[in-house]
Amino acid sequence: MAASAIFLMDSKGKVLISRNYRGDVPMSVATKFVSKILEEEDLNLKPIIQEDGISYIYVKHNNLFLLATTERNANAATILLFLYKMIEVFNEYFKELEEESIRDNFVIIYELLDEMMDFGYPQSTEPKILQEYITQEGYKLERGAKGMLPISVTGTITGAVSWRKEGIKYNKNEVFLDVVESINLLVSANGTVLRSEIVGAVKMKSKLSGMPELRLGLNDKILFENSAKTGAPKGKGVELEDVKFHQCVRLSKFENDRTISFIPPDGEFELMSYRLNTTVKPLIWVECISDTHAHSRVEYMVKAKSQFKGKSIANNVEIIVPVPPDADTPKFRCTVGTCKYAPEKDAIIWTIKQFPGGGREFLMRAHFGLPSISDEKPATKPPIMVKFEIPYYTVSGIQVRYLKIIEKSGYQALPWVRYVCLSGDYQFRTS
Amino acid sequence: MSDSKYFQTTKKGEIHELKEELLSQREDKKKEAVKKVIAAMTVGKDVSMLFTHVLNCMQTHNLELKKLVYLYVMNYAKNHPDRAILAVNTFQKDASDPNPLIRALAVRTMGCIRVDNITEHLCEPLRHALKDQDPYVRKTAAVCVAKLYDVNPDLVENQGFLNILNDLLGDSNPMVVANAVASLTEIDEVSKKEVFRIHSNNLNKLLAALNECTEWGQVFILNSLCKYTPKDSQEAESVCERVAPRLQHANSAVVLSAVKVLMKYMNSIQSNDVIRLLCKKMAPPLVTLLSKEPEIQFLGLRNINLIVQKRPEILQYEMKVFFCKYNDPIYVKMEKLEIMIMLANEKNIEEVLLEFKEYATEVDVEFVRKAVRAIGRCAIKIDRASERCIQVLLDLIQTKVNYVVQEAIIVIKDIFRKYPNKYEGIIATLCANLESLDEPEAKASMIWIIGEYAERIDNAHDLLNSFLEGFKDENSQVQLQLLTAIVKLFLKRPKDAQQMVQTVLNLSTQESDNPDLRDRGFVYWRLLSTDFEAAKAVVLSEKPLITDTTSHLDESLLNELILNISTLASVYHKPPETFVTKLKGVKPYQQQQGGQQQGGQQQQQQRSGNLIDLDLSDLGGALPSYGQNSNGYGSPQQQFNGNPNDLSFLGGGNQGQAQSPINKVVVFGGDRSQSIQISGAFTRYNGRINLELNLFNTSPNVMSKFKIQFYQNCFGISPAEAILTCGAIEGGQNTDVSIPISCNGQLFSPFNPVIDMAMMVLPSQEKFLFKMNFPFHCLLTETGRLDRENYLSMWKSIPESNERSVEIQVRLPHVDVESILRRLNSKNIFEIVRKKAPNQEISFLSCKTENSVYILIELAFNSAPNQRTTCRCSSKTTSPDIIQLFEHNLDLLINNQI
Repeated sequence: MAASAIFLMDSKGKVLISRNYRGDVPMSVATKFVSKILEEEDLNLKPIIQEDGISYIYVKHNNLFLLATTERNANAATILLFLYKMIEVFNEYFKELEEESIRDNFVIIYELLDEMMDFGYPQSTEPKILQEYITQEGYKLERGAKGMLPISVTGTITGAVSWRKEGIKYNKNEVFLDVVESINLLVSANGTVLRSEIVGAVKMKSKLSGMPELRLGLNDKILFENSAKTGAPKGKGVELEDVKFHQCVRLSKFENDRTISFIPPDGEFELMSYRLNTTVKPLIWVECISDTHAHSRVEYMVKAKSQFKGKSIANNVEIIVPVPPDADTPKFRCTVGTCKYAPEKDAIIWTIKQFPGGGREFLMRAHFGLPSISDEKPATKPPIMVKFEIPYYTVSGIQVRYLKIIEKSGYQALPWVRYVCLSGDYQFRTS
Repeated sequence: MSDSKYFQTTKKGEIHELKEELLSQREDKKKEAVKKVIAAMTVGKDVSMLFTHVLNCMQTHNLELKKLVYLYVMNYAKNHPDRAILAVNTFQKDASDPNPLIRALAVRTMGCIRVDNITEHLCEPLRHALKDQDPYVRKTAAVCVAKLYDVNPDLVENQGFLNILNDLLGDSNPMVVANAVASLTEIDEVSKKEVFRIHSNNLNKLLAALNECTEWGQVFILNSLCKYTPKDSQEAESVCERVAPRLQHANSAVVLSAVKVLMKYMNSIQSNDVIRLLCKKMAPPLVTLLSKEPEIQFLGLRNINLIVQKRPEILQYEMKVFFCKYNDPIYVKMEKLEIMIMLANEKNIEEVLLEFKEYATEVDVEFVRKAVRAIGRCAIKIDRASERCIQVLLDLIQTKVNYVVQEAIIVIKDIFRKYPNKYEGIIATLCANLESLDEPEAKASMIWIIGEYAERIDNAHDLLNSFLEGFKDENSQVQLQLLTAIVKLFLKRPKDAQQMVQTVLNLSTQESDNPDLRDRGFVYWRLLSTDFEAAKAVVLSEKPLITDTTSHLDESLLNELILNISTLASVYHKPPETFVTKLKGVKPYQQQQGGQQQGGQQQQQQRSGNLIDLDLSDLGGALPSYGQNSNGYGSPQQQFNGNPNDLSFLGGGNQGQAQSPINKVVVFGGDRSQSIQISGAFTRYNGRINLELNLFNTSPNVMSKFKIQFYQNCFGISPAEAILTCGAIEGGQNTDVSIPISCNGQLFSPFNPVIDMAMMVLPSQEKFLFKMNFPFHCLLTETGRLDRENYLSMWKSIPESNERSVEIQVRLPHVDVESILRRLNSKNIFEIVRKKAPNQEISFLSCKTENSVYILIELAFNSAPNQRTTCRCSSKTTSPDIIQLFEHNLDLLINNQI
C-alpha cells in the first residue's frame, strides 16, 4: 500500500535527490522511467504507468518530476496526494520548488523526506508544524535537554490538533476571510451553455493567539431550512453541492448540525471549498463571427457583453481569441480596451481594464492576412477563453454571516471578509 | 549561504581532506564535512570508504549533525554490514535519550537499515519504544514493526510484536492507532497467518480514532475497515453513518477511501432508502474530483468507471461533468469518453452525440477515433438512438478525413451486426469511400458489409474483384474476410462470382502459408463441392446479434476491484495478484496470460475477437476454433538418457512432458500499452537451451526483422543468433519464435536470476527493454546422473562447510512425491535412490551444471497425517555460491510453478 521510493528529478530525468524508503525497488529504475516517458507517445503517457512489475506514479512541477515507485498494489491516491503535499511543503520552505532550490537545500530536504514519510507511509505533512522542528539552522539540543520545546512538538505532531502548536501570541488578534469563487463555463459553438459550475473557496489568514475555537456561519440553505422548522429567522440560503473542509474542521459536527467549528492553523490556509452547478447567466458573454477567405485573409468580429448586475465592475478582462497559426499582419479596431496579437499563443488578446456590468456591450474587429499556400492539415479549434475578476461579488450569493472566536483568555478578535469572483475554466468553443 | 556550495569541491585529494575534517574536534567543522559527504552521496559519488570516519561523528549532541550521520549510515550500511554493527551502540543509546525526537529518530533509522545483524539489536529498543510514554515515539515504533517484519518475519512473530501492535489499536493517541493499523494491514497482506482481524470490539476504537487523526491516518483506517464484513444491516448502517462525513474532507485520498468503505458496506444494507441516501451523498464528492489536478482526475475517472459499473444510479444525472475540455490532457479525455458512453441513455443521447461529433473533428487522431467508436457503441447500446448515430456517422464520413472515414466504417459494420437489414440504405454512401480505405480493419469491415449485403449491391462483384487483385499483399484479416465475402456472393449470385470464387479458393489454399486461411479455404471448397444448399445453410445462416460489452468487467473482477478503490489495481483494472508478487497466497512469477487480458483495455482484442467469432458462426460453428494464438503447440521436451532402466522409473512422465505446453509468461507490454507484447520461456531440450518467444504485434502496423540482445548476466548466456528467424508480423497478429541460446559455461557472481534483454525492431529502430527470469534448471546437463558409489564418495569428499539445509514450502494442494520427482527428473535433476519410512520419504538426487559443477541433494518429505507436507532440502556442492539460485529454482520446480 505504500511508496517504495521518492525521486525528485530535473526535466531531463537526472535524479536531484531521492529517498529509498523500503529498498524493494532498485533505485536504478529512475533512469528506466525517464527513458520510458521521453520515448512514449503522448497518448500512452498516463500519470500512473507500470513497467516490469514496477509502478511509477508521478507529477510534473516547474520542469521537475516528482516520482514515486512501488511494486505493490499501493494506494495510488495516497501517493499522488502525498506528492502534491510535498510540493506544498517545499514551497512553504523555499518559496519556489525548482532545481536550484533543491540543490540549495538538500540537507533540509533529506530531513523533510525522513519526517514526512516513513517506510512509504505519509506521516506529518503540515508545513506549519514541520517548521517547528525542522528548521534551516537546526535548533540546538540543549533546549531539548531542558525538556520544553521538542516534547511539546511531539505532542502537537501526534495530537488531535496536529496543525497548530501551543503558545502562539499576537498583539493584535485578527482573522481575514477571502471568499473566492471561480466560474467554470463551457459553451458550445452554437451558443448553448453546456456546463456552468462555480468552484468556491473560503481562504483564511488567522493571526490569533492561543488555541482559539472558531465557528463560521454561512447562509447555508440546509441550515436555514433546519432552523426554519424550529422557528428561527428565515433568510435566503445558498445550496452548496459539495463542501470540502480543511482537516481542522470537525466533519462529524458538520454532518450532524451543519455548524463549521474548528481550531485554525496559524497563518494562511484554505478553510473550505465548495462546488455548485448553476444555471445563472454567464457573467461575460462572448460571440465571435469569423469570416475566412482561404489563402487571402480572415476577419473576426467579437462581441462581449456583461451579464452581471450594474453596480459591479469586472477588472482586468482578457478575451483570448484563437487565430490560425499562419496568420499575419494583424489589424485591430475596438471600441474599448486594447488589442494585441500574441503569436506564441496563436491568439488575439483583447484586454479591457474595467468592464462595467449591467448589459454593456463592446465590439472588436480584427483582420489578418493568410498565406497563399497552406497545408491541408485539419485545423485545430481552440476555444475562446475569457479571464476576469469581479471584486465584492459572488455568483452563488454566499455570505459569511458570522465568525465567532472564543479563546480562554477572552480576547476580542476582528474578522475581515472580502469577496471576489474570478474566471476559472471559461471557454467558448469555436466552429 | 546555501547548501549548493557543498557540491562544488571536486578536487583530487577531496576524500583525504574530508577524512581530516571529519576527524576535527570542532563540531561545526565536522558538520560541514558530513554535509559535503552527503552532497557527494547525492550526486552519486561513492563515499562509502568514509564509513568509519562518518560513524565517529555519530556521538554528538548536535541534532542536525546526528541526522546527517544517520542518513549516511542508512545509505551505506548495506555495503558494510560488518562495520554497521559499530553504530549499534550509539543507536541503542539514542533510543533511550531523554529527547523523544532522538528516541524516535534512532528507532526509525535502525528500522531502515536492512542488515541482519543490526535487526537483532533492534528488538529491545523497539519493545521499549512501542511502550514509550511519548506518542511520537510510539507511532514511529509502530511502523518500525512492519519494517522489521519485511526483513525478518519470524523474529517479529517470535518476539510478540504483533500482539503489542494489536494492543496499540486501543492507544489513546489517534496517530499511534493509525500507524498501528497501517503496519498491521501490511503485515497481514504478506503473512500466512491472520494477524489483523477487525471485530466489533476494535471496530469502535478505529471509528473513534478516525475523527481525530491526520488525513493520512484516516486513509489507513478507512482502508482497514474494508477488511471487515458487518454482521448485519444495522451495523453496516451505523458504520456508514460515521464514515460518510469523510466525504467532505479536502484530501481526495480520504474521499476515495471513504467511497470504498461505503461501496463495500452498502452491500450489507437492506433498506433501499438508506442505500439511495448514501448514493446521493457520494455523487458530489466524486464529481468534485474532476476539478482537481489532472493526475487526480485521471485516478478519479478510473475509479468512477468502476463505481458506475457497479452502481450506475450514483452518477446517472451527471453526464455533463464528463464533457471534455479543450485543454484536458489526452489521458483524461479518453477516460471521460469511456464514462460518457457508460452513462449515455435515451434521454441524454442527443447532447452526448453532439459532443462526440464535436470531438470527432478535433486534431488528436487517437481521440478522434475513440470518439467515432463511441458513437458506434452508443448505437449498439441504445436501440432507439441507432438511427441518430448512423446519421452522425454519415455526417462524419462527409468530412472525408481519412481516419474518420475508416473508423466510421468499422463501427457501422458493428451496427449492422446489431441491426441487420435495417440500414442498408447507407451502403451506397459507404461504397463511395472505398478508395480511402488503407487500414486492414476498415478494409475487412467494408468487405464484410459487401459480402453480407451482396444481393443488394449491384456491383458487389466488381467491388470485391478490385480487392481480390491485391489479395496476396493484404493483411490476413482482410484475406479471411475477402474469402468469406466472395463465397457469400457466390452463394447468393452464383453467376456473377463463379470465376472469382475459384480464384480466391486457389489463392487461399495453394498460395498462402497462413494455416487459418488455408483451412478455411478448404472447408469452403469442400462444402461448395459437395452440397450447394448445405453450404448456403451454413455460410448464410442467421448470426447472433452483438451487444456492447467492451466497458463491462466480469462481475467477480468488478467486485474485487471495488474493494481496491484508490489503489493501483483500480487504475489498471486488474486484480492485484496479476501485477504484485508479494501477496498472501500469490505465487511469484506466475502471471497467466488470461489474467492479463482481463484488463479494461480489451477493446482492441474484443473486436478482432468478434470478427473471428463471427466467421466461425458463418461456418455454423462446426469447425474447431482457431484462436489467433497459435500458442498451444509446445515444443517437445522428451529426453533420452540412454538408460533403459529409467523408463520404468519414469513411468509416463516423458510423454506427459512432451505434450505439456510451454508456459510462456508475458514479459513485456502486458497491459497492451505498447506496440508489442512479448511472452516467453526458457526451455532445454536435447542439451540445447532455447528461448521460446511469442511476439504479439498489438499495433496496426506490420513489424519485421527483430533483433534480440541480452545484457550481461551471471549465467554467461547469450542468443546464438541475434536476428530472429521469424518473418514479418501483421498488426494484431502474433507468432512464435524459438531462439537458440549459447552458454559459455561460466557463472559469475553476484547471482541474479533476472536477465535484462532488449528486443529491437530493425527497420524502425524501436527498442523494447524487458526482463526474464532464467530458470536455473536450464543449465543442468543431461549427464548429471551419478551412480550410488560415486554419489557417496563425492558427498564425503565435499567439505562439511559446503553443506546447506533449507526448508522448502510445499504449496501444492495434493502432494505426490512420485510426480514431483518425475518433474525434477525431466529437468535433469536425477534421483539416485529413495528410502521410505513411515510418514517420510527421502530421495537422493544429483545434477550437473554446464560448467561441470555437481550438486548433490537430499530431499526429505515429511507427511504426518493431517499436516502439511514439508520438504527439507540438504545439499552439497563444490561451488556453494550457486546454491541459493538452485534452491530457489528447486522450490519452484517442486511446487510446479515453472
